Amino acid sequence: MEPHVISNVVVVLVLLAGFGIAAFVRRNRMWNDALRELWRRRPVAIVVVAIYAGVALLDSAAWMGGVESGEDVVAAHEAKSVLDRLFLGTQEKSYSAPFADAEFYGGADLAHPGSHPFGTDILGRDVLYLTLKGARVALLIGGLTSLIAIPLALLLGVSAGYFGGRLDDAVFFLISTLASIPGLLLLIALIMVMGQSTFSVCIALGVTSWVGLSRVTRGETLKLRELDYVKAARALGVSQLRILVRHILPNLMHLVIITFVLMFSGLVLSEAILSWLGIGVDGSWGQMIDQARDELTRSPIIWWNILASGTALFGLLLAVNFVGDALRDILDPRTLRDQP
Amino acid sequence: MSAAPQASAEPLLRVEALRTWFPIHAGLLQRVVGWVRAVDGVDLAVPAGGTLALVGESGCGKTTVGHSILRLVEPQEGAVVFDGVDLMSLSPAAMRAYRQQIQVVFQDPMASLDPRMRVRDIVAEGMQSFGIGTGTADRTRRVGELFERVQLDPDQIWRYPHEFSGGQRQRIGIARALAVEPRLVICDEAVSALDVSIQAQILNLLRDLQRELGLAYLFITHDLGVVRYLADEVAVMYLGQIVERGETEAVFQRPAHPYTRGLLAAVPSVDPERRSPPPQVLGDVPSPADPPPGCRFHTRCPEVFARCRAEAPPLFRVSEGAARCFLADPEAGSPQGRAGP
Repeated sequence: MEPHVISNVVVVLVLLAGFGIAAFVRRNRMWNDALRELWRRRPVAIVVVAIYAGVALLDSAAWMGGVESGEDVVAAHEAKSVLDRLFLGTQEKSYSAPFADAEFYGGADLAHPGSHPFGTDILGRDVLYLTLKGARVALLIGGLTSLIAIPLALLLGVSAGYFGGRLDDAVFFLISTLASIPGLLLLIALIMVMGQSTFSVCIALGVTSWVGLSRVTRGETLKLRELDYVKAARALGVSQLRILVRHILPNLMHLVIITFVLMFSGLVLSEAILSWLGIGVDGSWGQMIDQARDELTRSPIIWWNILASGTALFGLLLAVNFVGDALRDILDPRTLRDQP
Repeated sequence: MSAAPQASAEPLLRVEALRTWFPIHAGLLQRVVGWVRAVDGVDLAVPAGGTLALVGESGCGKTTVGHSILRLVEPQEGAVVFDGVDLMSLSPAAMRAYRQQIQVVFQDPMASLDPRMRVRDIVAEGMQSFGIGTGTADRTRRVGELFERVQLDPDQIWRYPHEFSGGQRQRIGIARALAVEPRLVICDEAVSALDVSIQAQILNLLRDLQRELGLAYLFITHDLGVVRYLADEVAVMYLGQIVERGETEAVFQRPAHPYTRGLLAAVPSVDPERRSPPPQVLGDVPSPADPPPGCRFHTRCPEVFARCRAEAPPLFRVSEGAARCFLADPEAGSPQGRAGP
């Protein structure tokens, strides 16, 4: 299947999941209240995250055709996303400063003078366009890795905590072993083995990041298992699986969401570090920052590239962390407002 | 060793020589280095439609007895005979059918209801588990009826537990137990966490339900006032063993065991003429991991004598019950050879 078709399917799935979650939250008073409270506390951060997500979705919905075959014949036969189409015909020949009318080195006239708010890079691509494209990569890394890490962490953590015994010993041994290997070393090794692609970077990040959540869910399950309502369910002959699904998991969900949000920013940052080491994902902000290493040594220096990508990265992480902290305050049972 | 069972018909629940020990693990290899003898040879009988109160201090193992009967913890030894069937011999699948007939009401009304579920779903969970009711709508109707039965507003079944008061939550817990139409309800400190006025309401409710539905109760509590109000018979537990049992009024009027006397003396009185005497039972319960030799109560007994330290007393028959104390030994006559306290 063409990559852009997969990407379109993912967009549809993400939108459907969004509607599904919204429908669930509307019916569930507890989550509804929590989200209202979140919106009341952190409106700006939520809007910022939503803008990033919107840009990422714009860059994900792609189709062929509709592009005049300009100077680049190959590019005209590639699928173009909505974002690509918005920035069609902004190509220059080389570096230009923000809002400049001429090239940065040599001073040749630009094809589109004054139209690049963040300038252009070494290949003459609009830096604003590249920065916006980075949003999709960042959310893809955070989202896909979470999809790998969270189910793994929940499965191992909850079953270890609930069933205990040998299973618990085995899981805890695995957790301790993974935790004792330096994360970055393991990441690099895994990526070297699997080859460098977006997917393998996500798998490598997933394998190294489930440990924390797994520990948290194991501990919480140990606590929940002994609570009276779980005992009552056992006395009522409810099956183990049903107890896990109906009593344990819903009461862990707040931890999963808090950890997911806080893990998300860590993952995006990890990718930036991997890019710095040259094994990141194509088109990420980390890669832009990595490229800016050389640009910062030029004279006069090229500063807009790193500024744009760094600001975009910083803005996303700050907003996500704000949301995460607020969510923790709202969802943490110790601070639950409805507890008498 | 134990007193002869009641002459009447087979009780609904009979617990024989129940022994629930918990292993203590230590060291690198997690070897078992000792055992917490939470329940160490307990015999009980609950007649159909009757109430047995199991009384004791915190940590005496009374809750573990309840959990062992429900097989929420697995006992090492003993028999739990319910309606003629030994539950200990059943496989988990076979046990499931009996779970419907034995239900439990817990102490803490905050922890006993899942905060993420609507109370309708909490009460209906057992019905779903045992296939009671014909469908969702029918179960909802039954939940409404149960709410009326426990004197709650049936319009509130779609709320969450945190929207109810402590007493209301305890009523929800009772409704959940009644939803599967049990014959025996184990009330594990069911009113201990409530205000006194609410306690009275819940106790009245439990008594009314017993009359209407013919329920049998095993009432686990440390509150002697509750015992006198509700129980036909009482069993006093100390360090994993029954030290005295008998018909409630008889035990209250003529306690045969020094521990029971101490417990009764510790009940505060509202009558200023009957100010509490100084406590007779001093100190703390010894560790159930290392119970004292001889009579388990001898370290705290105000009437201890030499034999108590050397020899463990069996349950001696007294007028209407039994007591685990040499002073109650009918063959010994008057306590001779007694050392001073």
